[in-house]
Amino acid sequence: MSEYLLDVRNLKTYFPIKGGLMRRTIGHVHAVEDVSFKLKPRQVFALVGESGCGKSTTGKSILRLIDPTAGQVIFDGQDIAALPQEEVRLLRRDMQFIFQNPYSSLNPRMNVWQLLSEPLKTHFNLPEWEMHKRVEAMLDKIGFTPDQLHRYPHQFSGGQKQRISIARALITGPRFVVADEPVSALDVSIQAQILNLLVQLQQDMALSMVFISHDLNVVRFISSEVAVMYLGSIMETGPTQDIYAQPRHPYSRALLSAVPSLDPQRKKVRHALQGEVPNPANPPTGCPFHPRCAYATDLCRRQRPALTEQFGRMLACHHPLED
Amino acid sequence: MEHVLEITDLKISTLRGKETVPLLDKVSLKVGRQQCLGIVGESGCGKSITASALLQLLPYPLSVTGGSAFFTASSQARMDLLTLPPKLMRGIRGREIAMIFQEPMTSLDPIFTIQQQMFEALHFHYPHMTHADRMDKSLSMLRKVNIPRPEQTLASYPHQLSGGQLQRIMIAIALMNNPRLLIADEPTTALDVTIQMQILELMNELKETNDASVIMITHDLGVIAETSQHVAVFYAGHIVEEAPVNELFHHPQHPYTKGLLQSISSLTGDSRQLYAIPGIVPPGGSWAAHCRFAARCSHASGRCLTDMPALTEAAPGHFCRCFLHSQEVEA
Amino acid sequence: MTSKEHIIGRRLSRGDGLLKQLWQDPLGRAGFLGIALIILLAVFAPLIARYDVAQINARSRLAAPSITYWFGTDNFGRDIFSRIIYGARVSLIVGLVSVGIAAGIGYLFGLAAGYFEGRVESAIMMLMDIIFAFPSILLALLIVAVLGTSVVNTMIAIGIVNIPVFARTVRASVKAVKGTDYIANARSVGLKNGAILLRHITPNALAPFTVQATLALSGAILTEATMSFLGLGIQPPSPSWGSMLSEARTYMEIAPWMVVFPALFIILTILSFNILGDALRDALDPKLKL
Repeated sequence: MSEYLLDVRNLKTYFPIKGGLMRRTIGHVHAVEDVSFKLKPRQVFALVGESGCGKSTTGKSILRLIDPTAGQVIFDGQDIAALPQEEVRLLRRDMQFIFQNPYSSLNPRMNVWQLLSEPLKTHFNLPEWEMHKRVEAMLDKIGFTPDQLHRYPHQFSGGQKQRISIARALITGPRFVVADEPVSALDVSIQAQILNLLVQLQQDMALSMVFISHDLNVVRFISSEVAVMYLGSIMETGPTQDIYAQPRHPYSRALLSAVPSLDPQRKKVRHALQGEVPNPANPPTGCPFHPRCAYATDLCRRQRPALTEQFGRMLACHHPLED
Repeated sequence: MEHVLEITDLKISTLRGKETVPLLDKVSLKVGRQQCLGIVGESGCGKSITASALLQLLPYPLSVTGGSAFFTASSQARMDLLTLPPKLMRGIRGREIAMIFQEPMTSLDPIFTIQQQMFEALHFHYPHMTHADRMDKSLSMLRKVNIPRPEQTLASYPHQLSGGQLQRIMIAIALMNNPRLLIADEPTTALDVTIQMQILELMNELKETNDASVIMITHDLGVIAETSQHVAVFYAGHIVEEAPVNELFHHPQHPYTKGLLQSISSLTGDSRQLYAIPGIVPPGGSWAAHCRFAARCSHASGRCLTDMPALTEAAPGHFCRCFLHSQEVEA
Repeated sequence: MTSKEHIIGRRLSRGDGLLKQLWQDPLGRAGFLGIALIILLAVFAPLIARYDVAQINARSRLAAPSITYWFGTDNFGRDIFSRIIYGARVSLIVGLVSVGIAAGIGYLFGLAAGYFEGRVESAIMMLMDIIFAFPSILLALLIVAVLGTSVVNTMIAIGIVNIPVFARTVRASVKAVKGTDYIANARSVGLKNGAILLRHITPNALAPFTVQATLALSGAILTEATMSFLGLGIQPPSPSWGSMLSEARTYMEIAPWMVVFPALFIILTILSFNILGDALRDALDPKLKL
């Protein structure tokens, strides 16, 4: 038994681009390009990056909500990427997904009871009273009272809906969850409540979590390890505190310096990026970041840097930032 | 100071069945020349409808039910935007006051090229401009907002450009007629942080180079800190706190503002527990007659649950709607 | 945005509010009343009709409307009022049965095409497009010409003609629902395909289908009238509004009531179903309300 609960090896997810009269495949979007990382039990691992960097696709590929093109996803000793769909379906009891938008991810025609008992009915063969017991225990954990059981999603606020959504994901007692931007659709004053709840549940239920977010502040709060993604690849990964204190990849540094400061007087030192993220259907040669990097050399244009261990973390850069 | 816009006691209501429901309650604001006024608040607090009301763009069944909004045009003529006849309003929109929205993807028409859309904006206000002049003007505006390869961009359709580029183009179109006032409604919410930084810096520069004032509407206090000189915090349809930007961030007075700042700063601390304002954001129109934040406030007591506090000056230039900070407490 | 979602949710999850909402809409109420009137006439036809529909009375041929014959009589001396009432039965039964055939088969096709993409979808939609390409009345006539004229064959013909509309509507809404987050959620929870189809997709795809059914009813009734008018639908002496119009053609100038009343009832029925369908669509579509 390995010390890791999840071991993602060289994961690749490509989407075909169809074109022409015959709808033939004329190319591929390289949404996830060779991503590897490991997750220990009870750990929160964050995938952070800008839109289109492949963080969400990575999360969905790990859970086989999208089928990966290549690579291995070893969960608890077995390769999920190679299992037939029906076996993956049975495994979902142990690994769940929390969606970004609670307004759209709950079926509007199902009440709280139906939403929470459905996963139990799917994965367990429980008597009615036992289901009630479990649903009520879960309601208690998310701060709901039993009289809210027969209400429908529209009767709740956004934050409450996200609580229901989290409860639905956790009611089967999974060991592993992927949370995809679980607070970014919520009002600022509600985000803190939901993050506290997630941390609480993660500790109480001994969950391991892959937390996907574009919000660098949220990532710093919730994760112990982080991977910074750009154009489908991991640029830098390691302990969250270390990377935030001293980013070694020019992209991580630019990303961190772009977060607005809350002090109007103390303007941060900016490491502004030129240009825009390239099209993932036509990624640049060599290092994917080189067209926007101030340190790019011929080597960067020619050769893609491998993710290697440097400065006590994994780094994919030919010219990492020194002290 | 010279004010480009002075809003006094603006009220907006909607119809729910046959009932009139207030959505915005006696909001008064001033925007100084070359200044950026930040309006910050959560969903349903009334920040976006304030902007729509100024340009008479409120969707049915919303309507202005009181107040005035005096705008000083570039001709120095002073007019109330809320009662302006539609014909005159069309001359104001896009020329004197321009607006940019959250979603650049849906604010541009997908079937026209950028050039056609820029020319159209020019044509409306300057029908006699020659083709060459329009071309010059469009290209120079695109350069001003740092669009690489402006000639190529002009010939592109919206779907061929990225969100960041489209938002720059929206800003270029908005500034093309040198408006006195630019209203930006969550202009960077749909964009990535690195692009957000570029856009905010661009807007900060253009304020001075174009002699424009800005109203920045956002839910993000970070964006406010980056851009605004003066801030109004909206909560449940009215202003709960208003102050110069440094004052607000360093000496917040209202428990709501304090709570927001505290929960964001606890994110960056080492604690495993965030400061969270309890309760839910009250949905539009279902507001208490007493202090509207009382239900979520840890300091709420006695009067907070019976009376509505007034917006009073807690420190010079710093207004707060809370009994804890008003002189009325002692009285 | 939040309030809009709120209203969508409220509409979707509370079916009982729908009737109330229809009633509050003046158009919805009018359509509802019109249809109720036709249904009552059809159901209680034997009680309301004043004469036997097939009884020929040579002495009172082509009588103008009077107290004895409210809507006058036709060229055989038959009471037009009674024939219209019995005609309502024919129209409604033909309409309901043919729409039932079309909706049932169309629903299955649409569900299959929308849920299983790829070849299944292409094959089904190709077939639908072929049916759709024919002018519907021509196709219905063709089918009847092959099968022979009878009430049952008329219903089958009208049913087949209407399958593609339902298949298309259902496929579109299944595809829309399939793309929503809550279906992705259902999949991530580990539900089987069958459970997702039954519990999540079907109920959420039903609204446009209901609207389509109402509108198709008026279309079917009109098609039946047209076919009967052309002599390939309901055969005499069964009273049908279409065949009554057909017979009236020759006497239009001397007995205009023979044309006016059946035509009026066709218009009333079609109009009622159409405005009810429109009102239903408005009631189910929150975008039109805000």
